[in-house]
Amino acid sequence: MDLSELAARLRARLGTAAVITDRQRLRTYECDGLAHYKVIPGLVVLPEDTGQVAEVVRACVAAGVPFVARGSGTGLSGGALPHAEGVLVVTSRMRRLVEVDPANQRAVAQPGVINLHVTRAAAPHGYYYAPDPSSQQVCSIGGNVAENSGGAHCLKYGFTTNHVTGIELVSPTGDIVRLGGKAPDPPGYDLLGAFVGSEGTLGIATEVTVRLMRAPESVRTLLAAFPSTDEAGRAVSAIIGAGLIPAAIEMMDALVIEAAEAAVHCDYPAGAGAVLIVELDGPHADVEAQFVEVESHCRDHAAFEIRIAADDAERALFWKGRKSAFAAVGRISPDYIVQDGVIPRTSLPEVLRRIADLSSDAVRVANVFHAGDGNLHPLVLFDEAVPGAAEQAEEVSGAILDLCIEHGGSITGEHGVGMDKAKHMPRMFTEADLDTMQMLRCAFDPGHLSNPGKVFPTPRLCGEVPGRHKGAHPLQDAGVAEVF
Amino acid sequence: MTDPATVLSELAEACEGLARPADESDAVAGVAPSLVAAPRSADQVAEVLRVAARHGLTVVARGAGSKLDWGVPPERVDLVVDTSGMTGVVEHASGDLVAVVRAGTPMADVQQTLADADQQLALDDPTGAGTVGGTVATAVSGPRRLLYGTVRDLLIGITFVRADGVVAKAGGKVVKNVAGYDFAKLLAGSFGTLGVITQAAFRLHPLARDRRTVSVRAAGAAAATRMAQDVLGSQVVPSAVEIDAPPGGGRPEVAVLLEGVAEGVRARAATAARLLGDAEQRPAMPGWWGRYPFAVGDTGLKLTTEIAGLPALLDAVRRAGDRTGLPVHVRGSAAGVLYAGIPSGGDPAGVATAVSVLRANAATYGGTVVVLTAPPAVRAGVDVWGPVSGIDLMRRVKHEMDPRRTLAPGRFVGGI
Repeated sequence: MDLSELAARLRARLGTAAVITDRQRLRTYECDGLAHYKVIPGLVVLPEDTGQVAEVVRACVAAGVPFVARGSGTGLSGGALPHAEGVLVVTSRMRRLVEVDPANQRAVAQPGVINLHVTRAAAPHGYYYAPDPSSQQVCSIGGNVAENSGGAHCLKYGFTTNHVTGIELVSPTGDIVRLGGKAPDPPGYDLLGAFVGSEGTLGIATEVTVRLMRAPESVRTLLAAFPSTDEAGRAVSAIIGAGLIPAAIEMMDALVIEAAEAAVHCDYPAGAGAVLIVELDGPHADVEAQFVEVESHCRDHAAFEIRIAADDAERALFWKGRKSAFAAVGRISPDYIVQDGVIPRTSLPEVLRRIADLSSDAVRVANVFHAGDGNLHPLVLFDEAVPGAAEQAEEVSGAILDLCIEHGGSITGEHGVGMDKAKHMPRMFTEADLDTMQMLRCAFDPGHLSNPGKVFPTPRLCGEVPGRHKGAHPLQDAGVAEVF
Repeated sequence: MTDPATVLSELAEACEGLARPADESDAVAGVAPSLVAAPRSADQVAEVLRVAARHGLTVVARGAGSKLDWGVPPERVDLVVDTSGMTGVVEHASGDLVAVVRAGTPMADVQQTLADADQQLALDDPTGAGTVGGTVATAVSGPRRLLYGTVRDLLIGITFVRADGVVAKAGGKVVKNVAGYDFAKLLAGSFGTLGVITQAAFRLHPLARDRRTVSVRAAGAAAATRMAQDVLGSQVVPSAVEIDAPPGGGRPEVAVLLEGVAEGVRARAATAARLLGDAEQRPAMPGWWGRYPFAVGDTGLKLTTEIAGLPALLDAVRRAGDRTGLPVHVRGSAAGVLYAGIPSGGDPAGVATAVSVLRANAATYGGTVVVLTAPPAVRAGVDVWGPVSGIDLMRRVKHEMDPRRTLAPGRFVGGI
């Protein structure tokens, strides 16, 4: 079936306004937050509820057309990059916060609900939703589920996967399935755990039940300036070594500070080679006692200026510099790549030195990271107008991932594999590891239609199950896959 | 099965001679195996499973055996893979709060090693005898799940051997990592039906510098749950809130664990004591803390509910006891996870009635009832796992991973 026939069928079922075929309007969806990959989707549909999502998926299955789900499109690994011959399922009309249930410490949201809106709705009851990616003012809960989003505060509270207790999804075969709910420990395989972070390859989340946490009684934030990242890194080690787990520990190096100053005038201490933001939250007496300790660890490791946020406004100012860092480097460099890798935190000093060695005049690296858990976000700065600079930047960016793997870390801590890093997966996992992961893929998506081409460098052909599909697999026919 | 002597010699070759014919003590929930192999490494487990695959042997993995009879008795067991020889903490990166541990290591040994660095794996071991592999495979949890989460929350990497003898891994040894599917979660609580776990990596926590328990005997179940929920909704950030309700209408006890720095624990214990109606503060936990309310040979149930369903579920347990005349002891977390124990010797029909009454009640509050363990006569008359949402997808996952159903066939949900 060609796409115009599919479009007509979907229009008839979902209404004219829910289906976009106009090329100019389709172009709006050609990329996600990773803007250098662009594909104009074959078709965009905007379902309003679970039933419509299921209709779309079933129509795709019947037509053998691939589909890609998209929330707010803020992802940074090309996970929501459309398929030129496929359907892009956009959840922006599924924005209902179904329920805030403080008695059960849960909220239920449609996938298009904005992350921050959950906390806003829970706040009057004294609760909040913990995962807080930097994009939380615009990113969607469905996207957070797909990417297992983290955020600055996941050091203490964990990631999306630790806060989702239930999900309703439309499987890649078009079935509506509920996994978990408000109660803990549903019996059976933890498919919910496998689904969160599967980057849209195991189906589309249509309703999400999340844990709400009691808003902390007390929050204390300090900003400490150090001569260099070495001292700042040692301060972090001392804090963790003392058995303290702050809600967040964030580090920025001199280049990022320069960019943040230029962009948002956050007024960080002058002459700092590195800045740490440390935030503690919890019961009042605990926070006060631990805050004193954190402060002294910073001083013991050469912090030359420590500022303590007096109120929420000042705390917001501390965070403003950090949260704007990615965009801010645009002020000091015409082009840049945002990298996302993880190392064991204790390898930080060595890895930072090696990253510095990779830098040159043409390609500089600015470092901003979640220092508590070793999640690096090096920003590789270059000027595309300089011949060879873009290629060199790509090389440096890849070499940083090599450093992460060499130190026993990961090629992605929170941005996901998506389109961008599928090629790097074999550097971290063996063929057997990837083959095993794709057994799960085959169980959910035997037809390989749900966000194909993402996460895995080579698709695995799914074993024959009676009644499932006959003849050669389409991928085999097309010569893009072999039978394992 | 091929000639047993041939299979035994191939198994012995696969694991340094550590293979033998099974004896009575190797039975799995009453099902007698023929052979036992005790590989010492992931590679040996792989070799053993390849031998098993070649000869069509069904396989059950065993750690310490403390929960071996849980679930439905497997349809058939030819070979027990004993992982108790794969022990030791492979790596303890204390600065990174991460440890990598071999599957056969007793949980107690892991904690002892970590304690030297003032750290812990924040998982309770309710049987007191579990191994790392068994803890992961059954996803058991205890009181402190309230603050720290369960196996799925702390497991950051896993190595396991597939039914076809291929070694696979997922995750890694850093806490923050979203590369690839989270297979560790899939293996957690899979009861050995997807693979044999050989190694696990965990996120660790610092040992609390100070801890206090606050406890009180409530007038009844309603008062107990009200107090427990008051504590949950307060700012005292409890590590655990447990309720213990003995059979026969005895007064339930509520106990709250507070951990942290001394100044904070002192202040929070005082607040918690007020919320529990001027309860007693004491240095140690009650004797029942962190243990199941059932012993080997008893019927043990796991009941879950939304937090708000707790009073109704406790009440349903009491009524089920009254109706069947069985002494039902219930204990568990205010987070919505309860365990019930019915002593052996109870009338199987009565137990079956109790299970279905409780199951219907739990379902009203989004929860479930699972029969963890029970005497054969009871097991025969109950649906052990109960209805499971998503079962079709689960069957497909099993089919992809173990198409010949060689790993613990029939033990898990929906006959998986």
